[in-house]
Amino acid sequence: MLTGLTLTEARAGLEARKFSARELAQAHLDAIGRLNKQLNAYITVLPEQDVLAAADAADARYTKGEARLMDGLPVGVKDLFCTKGVKTTAASKMLANFVPPYESSVTARLLDAGSVFLGKTNLDEFAMGSANITSAFGSVLNPWKRQGDDAALVPGGSSGGSAAAVAAGLALAATGTDTGGSIRQPAAFCGIVGLKPTYGRCSRWGTIAFASSLDQAGPMTRSVADAGLMLEAMAGFDEKDSTSSNRPVPEFSKAVGKSVKGLRVGIPAEYRAPGMPEEIAKMWEQGIAWLREAGCEVVDVSLPHTKYGLATYYIIAPAECSSNLARYDGIRFGERKDAASLDGIYERTRAEGFGPEVRNRILMGTYVLSAGYYDAYYLKAQKVRTLIKRDFVQAFEQVDVLLTPTAPSAAFAHGENMDDPVQMYLNDIFTVPASMAGVPALSVPVGLDSKGLPLGLQIIGRHFDEETVLSVGGALEAAAGFAHKPTLHAEAGV
Amino acid sequence: MSLDLATTRRIAKLARIGLEDAELETVRQKLDGILGWVDQLSEVDVEGVPPMVGTETEALRQRDDVVTDGNCRDAILSCAPEKSGPFYTVPKVVE
Repeated sequence: MLTGLTLTEARAGLEARKFSARELAQAHLDAIGRLNKQLNAYITVLPEQDVLAAADAADARYTKGEARLMDGLPVGVKDLFCTKGVKTTAASKMLANFVPPYESSVTARLLDAGSVFLGKTNLDEFAMGSANITSAFGSVLNPWKRQGDDAALVPGGSSGGSAAAVAAGLALAATGTDTGGSIRQPAAFCGIVGLKPTYGRCSRWGTIAFASSLDQAGPMTRSVADAGLMLEAMAGFDEKDSTSSNRPVPEFSKAVGKSVKGLRVGIPAEYRAPGMPEEIAKMWEQGIAWLREAGCEVVDVSLPHTKYGLATYYIIAPAECSSNLARYDGIRFGERKDAASLDGIYERTRAEGFGPEVRNRILMGTYVLSAGYYDAYYLKAQKVRTLIKRDFVQAFEQVDVLLTPTAPSAAFAHGENMDDPVQMYLNDIFTVPASMAGVPALSVPVGLDSKGLPLGLQIIGRHFDEETVLSVGGALEAAAGFAHKPTLHAEAGV
Repeated sequence: MSLDLATTRRIAKLARIGLEDAELETVRQKLDGILGWVDQLSEVDVEGVPPMVGTETEALRQRDDVVTDGNCRDAILSCAPEKSGPFYTVPKVVE
């Protein structure tokens, strides 16, 4: 069925004119109509006539033999990317009615490549969260269920709507953003592929900012080859982002299928966290065995500052968030709560417009940047960050990639891990260090746990070496042969 | 060090987030817990280590000093929650 294809399969089907882009788009709109009420994966679904018009334009290009990289492929867009004329909320009350008059650079590239946007996917408010429970527009439901248990599970976060949509057949692929794990962790929880590229690979312009030295856009897809294809469309130099890289964009999709024989795969000792569930440890061992069989050389390495990654992150990310979110003042855009004084407007607008998690992070960031605490917290964290990055640079002198689990558990239920913020932050323990260092990292679904929930492994590579990450990811994918489908799926029971 | 209510109030003021007293105490407790947890960084020796600014993968570049954007006043103002003609509006700040 059309909603179960990979981007690569759909592209080939469109090229061969086995089906039209209009049929493909309509199949997805129908699936969204059936399942989105339950999953809440989309905050905004684009008007049918607009989606079909974009699909028709793609069909016309196929007929003329002028089809582009992503032509006619229906995708979801995380509601953190500004889309011209289409409401962009960041899942916050603050931006409940914000309609940007401009298009983000990443979505502009995807549109230029012919992609058909289906809608804007749900997320944690301002991308702050690991369970997609902080959205002002309601939580997202993970389409997977534990065997024999109907408990509602979280899809991970913050790109939980994107992950749920791709897993359940409500989009062939979706964009995500990753600050400390927000692409990789939900990808693992929903049994799909998620790639956080090297910092600087995709432009941040027009993506609503959370922590500017960490935020990076990337693809969430059903195969590793798809992640390469979509990254190729999203990446590239943008003079509007001062941190955008002007290195050439390789043909990432061709990296998959390349031999990994002789590549050196590092296993960082410090990721063997105490209390790691048996099943996660076993899956990791299995991944190591698969890569060995594929001809890789497995090498033990050490990243000694790994254990400080999370604490460093929870100083630096809130500090940057407090600066970035200062712009929501009730004057220039977004919601406004009236008061007699200008300060009163700021204070009421920000108290009522932001949810509790966002408020706490702004306050935390304000504290660590404030006079008297800056050196002890913020400057200290920036120095520890240097050590974390050095760990990676030194490890990559010995090995080509690192292999680790993506998350310390499978998807958990609504209500679990929710009282203690530190407990929630631990979800990102394996993903945060790569974000701190700015290196690319990919999550690949490799199997199910004993309750039938997907588990992912993470491949981390050198700066700007997404190609090797994708090659190794492709080898892992081929060995794992993950073909399981979630309980809630567009093709189930139709 | 533990976070007191007066400091929490000052931080909320700096961040321009208007919190009621009851909310301030809840926030104080949450932040205090997180600060206690991040205090583990005090055991890391950073003597002589430079701070990492950004991810240092690209050098900052300068662009030509020319206008590249503009003439979009109405588009920008279209986002304002309240406006008057071509202006944003705020309460009177000068007596």
